[in-house]
Amino acid sequence: MSFSQTANSAARKVPAWPLYPILLLPGLWLFWSVLQSPGPNPVETLEHGLGEYALKLLVLGLLVTPLRDLVGVNLIKYRRAIGLMAFFYVCAHLLVYLVLDNQFWWDALVKDITKRPYIIVGVLAFVILIPLAITSNNRAIRKLGPKRWRLIHYGAYLAVILGAAHFVMLKRTWQTEPLVYLAIALVLVAYRVPKLIR
Amino acid sequence: VAAMNAAKSKWSTTQEPTAYEDVISYNNFYEFGTGKGDPAQHAHALTTDPWSVEIGGLVNNPGNYALEDILKDMTLEERIYRFRCVEAWAMVVPWVGFQLSDLIAKADPQGNAKYVAFETLMRPEEMHGQKNGSFPWPYVEGLRMDEAMHPLTLMATGLYDEPLPNQNGAPLRLVVPWKYGFKSIKSIVKITLTETEPPATWNLINAREYGFYSNVNPNVSHPRWSQASHRVIGSGLFASKEPTEMFNGYGDAVAGLYDGMDLSKNF
Repeated sequence: MSFSQTANSAARKVPAWPLYPILLLPGLWLFWSVLQSPGPNPVETLEHGLGEYALKLLVLGLLVTPLRDLVGVNLIKYRRAIGLMAFFYVCAHLLVYLVLDNQFWWDALVKDITKRPYIIVGVLAFVILIPLAITSNNRAIRKLGPKRWRLIHYGAYLAVILGAAHFVMLKRTWQTEPLVYLAIALVLVAYRVPKLIR
Repeated sequence: VAAMNAAKSKWSTTQEPTAYEDVISYNNFYEFGTGKGDPAQHAHALTTDPWSVEIGGLVNNPGNYALEDILKDMTLEERIYRFRCVEAWAMVVPWVGFQLSDLIAKADPQGNAKYVAFETLMRPEEMHGQKNGSFPWPYVEGLRMDEAMHPLTLMATGLYDEPLPNQNGAPLRLVVPWKYGFKSIKSIVKITLTETEPPATWNLINAREYGFYSNVNPNVSHPRWSQASHRVIGSGLFASKEPTEMFNGYGDAVAGLYDGMDLSKNF
């Protein structure tokens, strides 16, 4: 049996639901370790850590299709869990920003959202992901029909690029790590372009 | 490590200093990497002895001075200062150092000297961050002459009564407590008195975000961080932020330097 056949038969046997608690673990671990040893700037550690997990999961979700096309490994049944957990991390990231970082200081919040480009880009990515999260269930697919559902979920392409751009922009200089995320995001979206045009 | 036994100073704040561990592990020193923990991890590679400082430009006593010869004539004091980073975090640091004004006086400035330019060591083999070509190395900064001569302006050689750790800018760094931290240039090898405003690295990189003066100012909005408040380093996950004061709370001592200047334009 080839690698892809082995992987696919394994994937048939392993259900998707355990992925939710499993993907929750790194976030819980991060929160726990920040409580245990806060270090100089625990809010920053938590905020940035959650944001990076969100970005990693968004990228992972976009890897499912090329993995099937190019390697023959079909992990499509896990994609919903990956996507929803990505949204969970985006929400947690936003919540830490709002509660621990901004501390509900509405005046500063309004200025952040209207004046600071990297925050605007990040909020935009969050807003784009909301309808995707709401429609990530079988009922919504049935109600919307596959065509409209797919159209909504093209938003993931924009969100991953904006998310990576948010990471690039918050740094004071051009830095390798966020640029690598952005490059990966752009490649993964560019991979879809021929199909989208057709 | 030997204690430096620096004398107390009337310029010190009575606020509780930030924990030593936090002061030496949370740093911006791009010569050793862009992450806050990078300097503590990599700065040990820097050789700080021997060290010399080239003093030149519009002075009557120019020369390349060994650091120990400079220190021979200087009075070390402990100065506990608030330190406010442009990234909206803050510390209280018990520096040890001497007044920059004493050094400039020894160099004997000429009448037309209006600014002081500073330069950090350029040594990519020890400061691996300098291999990143997108940054205009070496780091440079500058002060106006009256800012440089102000008694608050310190040349630090230590903190917590011990010699400066490399990640904090050993063996000699500037500390200007009413300005954002990036003005306080580290590991200085060159001091030049000039007639015209010298270049400043962050200003060269992004003039819209970083002005020449860079005075702490809660009223001048920064495109990246709100400057109205700051997070206190070491205060924990659930601590409230503190409101930022004009000139980082040093307004009584330094506001007069900027009389008649529009600080929203000269930010």
